[in-house]
Amino acid sequence: MGINLYAPQFEVCRDQKKCIKCKVCMRQCANEIHSYDQELDVMVADDSKCVDCQRCVTLCPTRALRITKFQNEFKENANWTQQAMIEIYKQADTGGVLLSSMGNPVPYPIYWDKLLINASQVTNPSIDPLREPMETRVQLGAKPEKLEFDKDGKLKTKLPPQISLNVPIMFSAMSYGSISRNAHESLARAAEELGTCYNTGEGGLNEDFYKYGKNTIVQVASGRFGVHVGYLSAGAAIEIKMGQGAKPGIGGHLPGEKVGEDVSKTRMIPVGSDAISPAPHHDIYSIEDLRQLVFSLKEATAYTKPIIVKIAAVHNVAAIASGIARSGADIIAIDGYRGGTGAAPTRIRDNVGIPIELALASVDQRLRDEGIRNNISLVVAGSIRNSADIVKAIALGADAVYIGTSALIALGCHVCRSCHSGKCNWGIATQRPDLVKRLNPDIGYKRLVNLIHAWDHEIKEMLGGMGINAIESLKGNRLMLRGIGLNQKELDILGVMHAGE
Amino acid sequence: MINFLVKYELAIEIALNTALYGFLILLNIEVQVYNLQNNGVLKIPIRKSMSALFCYKKHLNLFLNFIVKEVYDMLLKEGQVRIPSGCAISGIFSREGRRMSGKDIVKSISVMHDRSNGLGGGFAGYGIYPEYKDYYALHVFFDSNAAREEAEKFINKHFDVINLSRIPTRKHPRITDEPLIWRYFVAPLHGKLEESQLDEKEYVARCVLKINTNINGAYVFSSGKNMGVFKAVGFPEDVGEFYKLEDYSGYCWTAHGRYPTNTPGWWGGAHPFSILDYTIVHNGEISSYDANRRFMEMFGYKCSLLTDTEVITYIFDYLNRRQGISLKDCAAIIAAPFWTEIDKMPEDMKKKFTAIRNVYASLLITGPFSIILGFDGGMMALNDRLKLRSMVAAEKDDLVIVASEECAIRVIYPELDRIWSPKGGEPVIATLIGGVV
Repeated sequence: MGINLYAPQFEVCRDQKKCIKCKVCMRQCANEIHSYDQELDVMVADDSKCVDCQRCVTLCPTRALRITKFQNEFKENANWTQQAMIEIYKQADTGGVLLSSMGNPVPYPIYWDKLLINASQVTNPSIDPLREPMETRVQLGAKPEKLEFDKDGKLKTKLPPQISLNVPIMFSAMSYGSISRNAHESLARAAEELGTCYNTGEGGLNEDFYKYGKNTIVQVASGRFGVHVGYLSAGAAIEIKMGQGAKPGIGGHLPGEKVGEDVSKTRMIPVGSDAISPAPHHDIYSIEDLRQLVFSLKEATAYTKPIIVKIAAVHNVAAIASGIARSGADIIAIDGYRGGTGAAPTRIRDNVGIPIELALASVDQRLRDEGIRNNISLVVAGSIRNSADIVKAIALGADAVYIGTSALIALGCHVCRSCHSGKCNWGIATQRPDLVKRLNPDIGYKRLVNLIHAWDHEIKEMLGGMGINAIESLKGNRLMLRGIGLNQKELDILGVMHAGE
Repeated sequence: MINFLVKYELAIEIALNTALYGFLILLNIEVQVYNLQNNGVLKIPIRKSMSALFCYKKHLNLFLNFIVKEVYDMLLKEGQVRIPSGCAISGIFSREGRRMSGKDIVKSISVMHDRSNGLGGGFAGYGIYPEYKDYYALHVFFDSNAAREEAEKFINKHFDVINLSRIPTRKHPRITDEPLIWRYFVAPLHGKLEESQLDEKEYVARCVLKINTNINGAYVFSSGKNMGVFKAVGFPEDVGEFYKLEDYSGYCWTAHGRYPTNTPGWWGGAHPFSILDYTIVHNGEISSYDANRRFMEMFGYKCSLLTDTEVITYIFDYLNRRQGISLKDCAAIIAAPFWTEIDKMPEDMKKKFTAIRNVYASLLITGPFSIILGFDGGMMALNDRLKLRSMVAAEKDDLVIVASEECAIRVIYPELDRIWSPKGGEPVIATLIGGVV
């Protein structure tokens, strides 16, 4: 146990009466918390290393384990909270930037939970999705101003490339490197079975996964890792990542120890070298530069792939989105401040950016005010936790959503927010072969498919309740929402009325 | 404090009766005006202002004016509040262009009396102004002569007015509170039209929208050529009598009886809704309303009435007139085929309908509706794709008749050549054999 000025965060509680000393916990914990004391013939634990990932708890065959908060109180102070002080101790110890993972956990308002959904009564029948067709298919891409037909009624207009999704849900960008190969395989296979897309993130695409191409969105980020023409052509769409909700305005860093043989080949960098993505794209210093990259990528793929531009939700997001909508991009993806990450400076994750709900509402309204909403599709991300969040997002104006954290939770993630350590006990955010193999992609992809099927059912039930039988009639249909406990300014930005109005 | 509601008339009586009023104040009782027309939604406390004026009886008249104004200001018009409604519709169309008097359509809609509740009825007739068929006929409601003067100033500035008059009406015991109802036959002023760089119809449509949004107390409710809308607050059969529809004859008539679940009873809120020669009568409550409205507002339409019907009318104007999409394809946009059907279509059809559902996704209308669209030279009836509202179509010689219920057809033509119930999303389109008269 190292010497420092603070107590452990968690306490490993073991019921010695139940413990049969099978050592499963010891074998399972990559943080090496559990050990066997031969002299005393008991299992012991080093609380200070515990991250509360719940791996040992769920696998303990006799339910002898429990993780609780370490019950130790600093002298109460509303300003100098225990958390604030511990962070100072840590930085005084190391002189480093505090690192965290996953999304912003700070108790800011969650607007999804302050929006309520409508249902039909009397004047308009609700529709039973078990009896009537109920459609959740969406098409993403730029739309022409109008369609023209010849005199036989055949379509004359040639549409820009589109992607068609059976459900309005895609898997967010998570790079091979930040998550394991088995996690990637689970996402790819689930996307294929569901008829939707997963996203490679900025780590390139492993040769073995090219076969899932029509369900793959390939990402081009500031580091340009793994980008070549074969990669660009492999996917259904190309995403330019300008920013990420968890860490707007900064780049990324994959430590050299995670860059093994396979990752090195995929990312096209030497084994063991740090993969550093700069904060800006060094060929994009303004909106006109973005336009050039959009068209370079279109040229490279003969105008057959829609181009997504992904940005973090920041204060000026509406104006930025309007610029992107005029840059030749086909789809805008906006990532809210709750969006996850494999590693980010804590201060940035917890203090930079704005909620996706407000960003979405203002972007959708701005694009409509400018009459260009139909020229581009809008995908939102940054903490979509359930099907009701999706219904609310679409009613606010989104075409579809990206889910990242929810998908990882389906694979077993317990949001312990320690991805940056590379020691994910669930085999998700790690490259250690012994840990990776804990995630069986045969089971993983099925769990993802189950989750999306369940959500799709729930979305259909809610649509039917509103008397709507196609998801497009929900898009931007803000009359279907009411705010609860929101002030007038918040209601105005969200463009919804208060409950009771 | 005790609170109680009184009718508007009684509140005024209380205000006038100083003895009673003083008594209420002594007991610290709050009096609120109960507005009948709004089912008690609006309550205004008048105690405070009353007690201030209690000492100044001579100002009582002023004070009463104040109350009256406040009540009227607070009365929400259609457009400030969204009102769902159920309804009855019917329509008759002669393919040969034979002109029929308005009598039959009144008879047809009147048998569906129970489908409306006396809070709105109306008709659209086509081919009714043959002597002025080259001019746009503007039918306008005015709240006051001041509004009329302002609107006429605008009309004179933008149009050459060929003829103007009050629309003939007869006094009717069940039609009350009528606004001033005027009719203008106009042609766009050549210079103005050229200056605007718009085509003629767009010019007229924009002028109409301008009057309706900018001139308080003026509402143009009909603006096509050789056609006219007649509507009011009341049961449709009474509205027909009120407007003397038996004196008009046209090749196409549509009618509407309204059953709003709450209404301020504004004449402009009755059906049909129209822009240029497009008129819509509609039965239903569409669940896609706000998605449709917010899409249409990108293209200069202002859905000021917050009713489903208004947005449907604009959708047809946008798709059919501005984008040049055939009515059949318009039907495929607003009541689109299901994906399961599209996936089974031959390749080129699949491509077409996939594109339709993609590009015009926001114009898909869901929720129950049956509509009859009237336009220059034709009539189209359409149900939502699940057929959640009743609608029956029939043929008799050259006539095509459509109504919410079969009885409304049989009452005018007991013997028919054919009668059927169109499937959800399957349009019934009738056009003049010899083209537009």
